[in-house]
Amino acid sequence: MEPAPASLALLQRLEPGIMDWAWVRENFAEDILPALVGHIYLSGVSLAIALAVSLPTGVLVARYRKAYPPVVFLAGLLFTIPSLALFAILVTIPGVGIGPNAVIIALVAYSILVLVRNTVAGLDSVPPETIDAARGMGLTPRQILFKVELPLALPVIVAGVRIATVTVIGIATIGAYIAGGGLGQLIFDGIDRLFPTMIIAGAALATALAVAADVGLLLLERRLRPWARRAGGSGR
Amino acid sequence: MEGILQVFLRPQFPGLLLTHVELSALAVALATLVALPVALAVRNSPLGTAIAVNAGNVGRAVPSLALLALALPFLGFGFAPSLVALTALAVPPILINATTGLREVSGEVVDAARGMGLSEAQILRDIQLPMAAPVVFAGVRTSAVQVVASATLATFIGGGGLGNLIVEGFQRGDEAILLAGAISVAALAVATEALFGALERALTPKGLRLARRRRTK
Repeated sequence: MEPAPASLALLQRLEPGIMDWAWVRENFAEDILPALVGHIYLSGVSLAIALAVSLPTGVLVARYRKAYPPVVFLAGLLFTIPSLALFAILVTIPGVGIGPNAVIIALVAYSILVLVRNTVAGLDSVPPETIDAARGMGLTPRQILFKVELPLALPVIVAGVRIATVTVIGIATIGAYIAGGGLGQLIFDGIDRLFPTMIIAGAALATALAVAADVGLLLLERRLRPWARRAGGSGR
Repeated sequence: MEGILQVFLRPQFPGLLLTHVELSALAVALATLVALPVALAVRNSPLGTAIAVNAGNVGRAVPSLALLALALPFLGFGFAPSLVALTALAVPPILINATTGLREVSGEVVDAARGMGLSEAQILRDIQLPMAAPVVFAGVRTSAVQVVASATLATFIGGGGLGNLIVEGFQRGDEAILLAGAISVAALAVATEALFGALERALTPKGLRLARRRRTK
């Protein structure tokens, strides 16, 4: 297979060394850092909104079981739609257009499935005897929810937050294509200019951010499981 | 609406769809060829299983655009670099499910089989593989849906596929082309999910299905 001319030009550029560290030093404050901060902001805002929507929804559908299958079906269908396609559809909607808003809407939509599903699974994992005991102690349904059920469901909910966070950080990179900003901007600019340093900087930082969030939330998840801690012995 | 239909009727459309399906199918097939032997090799070793699952978890966190974009400086533009990146993307879900699936076949069942005088090869073929098949296949399904979605991004490194339409739509500011691309990609992803869901049900051994139904009652 003949390499395309563009590939040849690119490979020739690579000869002296893939990373142009001087560029990284010069543009760190101006390009790289704002992209990283923008990425964290986009992901954080989306996750916060998604949690604010999913937690109450999860609690509600855990109670009214008939609503669970349609909610999960809808959220699952949304989740299956490739992000670039969802972005393309969103920007054609009047009032949305290109920019961070469209990206945030998509990221919220993608997070809802995992968050609702795990909230329900977490609440389901609370033993009925525990709830009976709480009722026997005279706790009101409200108190049971906030003081017994939700704390016990927390590890499963955090597991959902972990999956949602990794998904959101990954998809947010694609959001740069519709002017959402973030680390994807470095990647797309690097592709446009055939400049490997930008591509690698954006891709490496996005990967590092996703892996760090994954590991961090996994540690939090383990900490929240008191039974696992007990088995581990020392506690904290 | 009419504009969208016209895009579907373009002579190039079947080619784009075919490239998209080719990229995705080859990536999932290659990833299965990589992940399954690894899962089989570590099936009797807790350490090997832990390493494989953790590697899979880290791999799954890597953003798809990052992987595809990284192929560009090292492998150049085109179909082959896209295929390499998509294969790398397809491995983690299969690896995680195949490893945990084989691991979860309970010790007692394997012990019983051994007690009945089955050889290790027979245990693998008649007990471990059929019992793990639904979990393994669930990994292939996750992987396939993810790869069909990510293959949309192959357009950015010249890999072709239906993503070309979305990029063309953006560049020309043409909503019909944009939506035609988006709708066809979304439909392909949903169809993939449905197809693999049906295959997964078909692959679940009858005994397991009965056992599961009894458990949920």
